[in-house]
Amino acid sequence: MQTLLADLHVHTVLSPCAEIEMIPPLIVKRGHDLGLDMIAITDHNAAGNVVAVERAAEGSGITVIAGMELQTREEVHLLCLFDTVDQVHAWQEVVFAHLPARKNEPKVFGVQLIVDETGDLLERNERLLLTSSDLSIDEAVEMVRGMGGIPIAAHVDRRAYSLLASLGFVPEGLDVAALEISRRSVPEAFLSVHEELREWPFITSSDAHRLSEMSASMRFCLQKPSVREIELALRHRKGRRAEMLA
Amino acid sequence: MTVQEIVEKLELKVVAGRSGLHKEVTGGYASDLLSCVIAGASEGNVWVTLQAHPNIVAVADLLELACIVVSEGMEPDEETLGRANESGIPILLAEESTFTLVGKLFQVGIRESEDADQA
Repeated sequence: MQTLLADLHVHTVLSPCAEIEMIPPLIVKRGHDLGLDMIAITDHNAAGNVVAVERAAEGSGITVIAGMELQTREEVHLLCLFDTVDQVHAWQEVVFAHLPARKNEPKVFGVQLIVDETGDLLERNERLLLTSSDLSIDEAVEMVRGMGGIPIAAHVDRRAYSLLASLGFVPEGLDVAALEISRRSVPEAFLSVHEELREWPFITSSDAHRLSEMSASMRFCLQKPSVREIELALRHRKGRRAEMLA
Repeated sequence: MTVQEIVEKLELKVVAGRSGLHKEVTGGYASDLLSCVIAGASEGNVWVTLQAHPNIVAVADLLELACIVVSEGMEPDEETLGRANESGIPILLAEESTFTLVGKLFQVGIRESEDADQA
């Protein structure tokens, strides 16, 4: 077993709301400074910078989890984590087919930049990414599972774009791997007013939109860095362990 | 006013929960955040939303709402409809926006419940 530190929710310059400093080499450097072993790249409704961060992380010992933060039609944010760039690119194709045709308005939302491993601009994503797909949360969860990924309900403590705000409570039988508590809440304080959720696996993560927000927010004890192992650890199965550090 | 009368006056399509059409409507509420509905809607209310997730039925059941009007042409899935039939909560569909539907409900005399929790 290995003990690994992780931040499972990090945005890049592809997210219009992220700072311009969120480029692959700086994310990897900040991850290194924090002692991180795993970083999940989770841009809004897109995954175009995962490959660049993965390349930037080569030789650093940091594993990049290929992710996305999907917005479902219920306005629920869902982290979709995969092992490989190919998997998340296939998922991105599905998501793009379920986004409205509208274009991004950079003056309103910010720019959406796809960069290389050094941070140099390759192209702009012209889609409106800060909006809902027309995938329901149940459809999205099933599809992410079907493609080998794990879905995690993002920042359930927030009053917008969260499973609990939009849908009132966790739907019966929803097959998410965990619920995420944002850095804005203290997990124990959140759970004290949501006793009904105590049996769920939880993660905390930074939801970083700037480098200073990134954090070593989870400690995993698992065999190797993969989404399957992360899920086992979240459920404390087969000797794996997961611990919130917030 | 009963749910059935609202169906007729607003020309809504009943897709589930027919056994609840006789229920008396006490007032109205509109929101797409179910967490707000739980805090703000009152027993017997007609609830206008564009959410079509199965959780809408559970919320209506919990609060004993009179019916759910699903706006903007959104279509609830089989699970949502099945649960509404089991709970006897009418689901009424409309192509119009929530804004227009609330306006029409206001015109026929539906108001926000006075005991509405302002939390």
